[in-house]
Amino acid sequence: MMLDKFMLTYFNWEVMAQYLPKIVEGFFLTIQLALSVVVTGILSGLTLSLIRSFRIRVINFFIIFSVDILRALPPLVIIIMFYFALPTIGIRMSGFTATWLALSLVLTAFAEEIFWAGILAVPKGQWEAARSTGLTSLQTMRSVVLPQAVRITIPPLTNRTIAITKGTALGAVVAVGEILYQAQAGLAFSYNPSPLTLGAIAYLILFVPVVCFGRWVETRFAWKR
Amino acid sequence: MEQIIQSFFNVRIIQAAFPFLLKGFGMTALLVLTVVPLGVARGLTVALLSTAKSRLVKWMVIVYTDFFRAFPPLVLLIFIYFGVPFLGIDLPAFVAVAFGFLLNTSSYYGEVFRAGIESIPRGQFEAARSTGLNAMQTMAYVVVPQATRNVMPDLISNTLEVVKLTSIASVVALPELLYAARQAQSITYNATPIMAAGVIYLICLWPVVRLLSRFEHKTISLR
Repeated sequence: MMLDKFMLTYFNWEVMAQYLPKIVEGFFLTIQLALSVVVTGILSGLTLSLIRSFRIRVINFFIIFSVDILRALPPLVIIIMFYFALPTIGIRMSGFTATWLALSLVLTAFAEEIFWAGILAVPKGQWEAARSTGLTSLQTMRSVVLPQAVRITIPPLTNRTIAITKGTALGAVVAVGEILYQAQAGLAFSYNPSPLTLGAIAYLILFVPVVCFGRWVETRFAWKR
Repeated sequence: MEQIIQSFFNVRIIQAAFPFLLKGFGMTALLVLTVVPLGVARGLTVALLSTAKSRLVKWMVIVYTDFFRAFPPLVLLIFIYFGVPFLGIDLPAFVAVAFGFLLNTSSYYGEVFRAGIESIPRGQFEAARSTGLNAMQTMAYVVVPQATRNVMPDLISNTLEVVKLTSIASVVALPELLYAARQAQSITYNATPIMAAGVIYLICLWPVVRLLSRFEHKTISLR
């Protein structure tokens, strides 16, 4: 009897069947949002860390300053600033853009720090040896330092990327029709939490493999001490 | 410029909203002070369980941590806050939020402590056991203190994430800092309270970010 009620509440097939298409729609939007954040964030983080390696004082100060701010602010606060505060000075963007931009900036900041740490971790002798063989400093960076740096950065970068990608759920707050938004809408319309169950399952389908991948990466690229 | 100051850094509005924000800040602090100690304790328990000899226990710990690491915290929060009442259980907002954060954050603390415990050489266990300490004592006096020191930067980093995480409690109307700021914004039609909340987060968390940065560079130069 208890179980019946439980099933009818959380696993109500009728309600689930009704809202499944919406959740699937949200599922693909989540993937789209997550992939755009990962690509933008990692590429711009890498670019910033390369710029930082030129060690131009003014630019580096600016990079460190912005990275610090982006690491200290909660992502939801940044999203809300973009979506609710910027319009008051005439800058408007969709919820999708606000979420994408905010999460990309946060990932950029973390990725820059991680790549920079990786670049610093490559011993100076590697630079000097590469330069003395006649490589230019750009060639040294590209063919000698970066390949080693990236290898070291893969485990922390993977973990950080996964954590930030889960932030796509924050898009629900600014009406991005991703999984959580669709699930909440379903709950509100049907007055039954089964759409939430469906949403939760969708997140598990999406992120359990990703978390397992992260675990694998961690052991595969582990530092041999 | 004039307009930016008017809409983002309006002194009159800061004055009006300040008591409100302060109350929100108090709630954020209370949430952090509840979730962090409980999360650390639970995380440590999870990590200790993962050192168990039984395969079943080890496997269950991995399922537990991966499950809650895979779940976006906001989804967990909404599930507990809006989903559980359908069972007829009425949770106060604070309890629901703290419980959701605890499930999420203890998995992360657990992973950090596990890495710490794994970083302690076997010889330490053996030496401690051979001096007559039992397994519990070995963990408590020899392994865990060293493990904690080894993963201190990760523990601090995770705690920073917990503080930032509390901002999502605003979504389920728990009156913490961000919620207070958004309320003040909708009353005043001005974005200043949100900016002010951002500044409060910055003031509290920037020193932590700096500290972490120092830690990160130190570990690298040691390599």
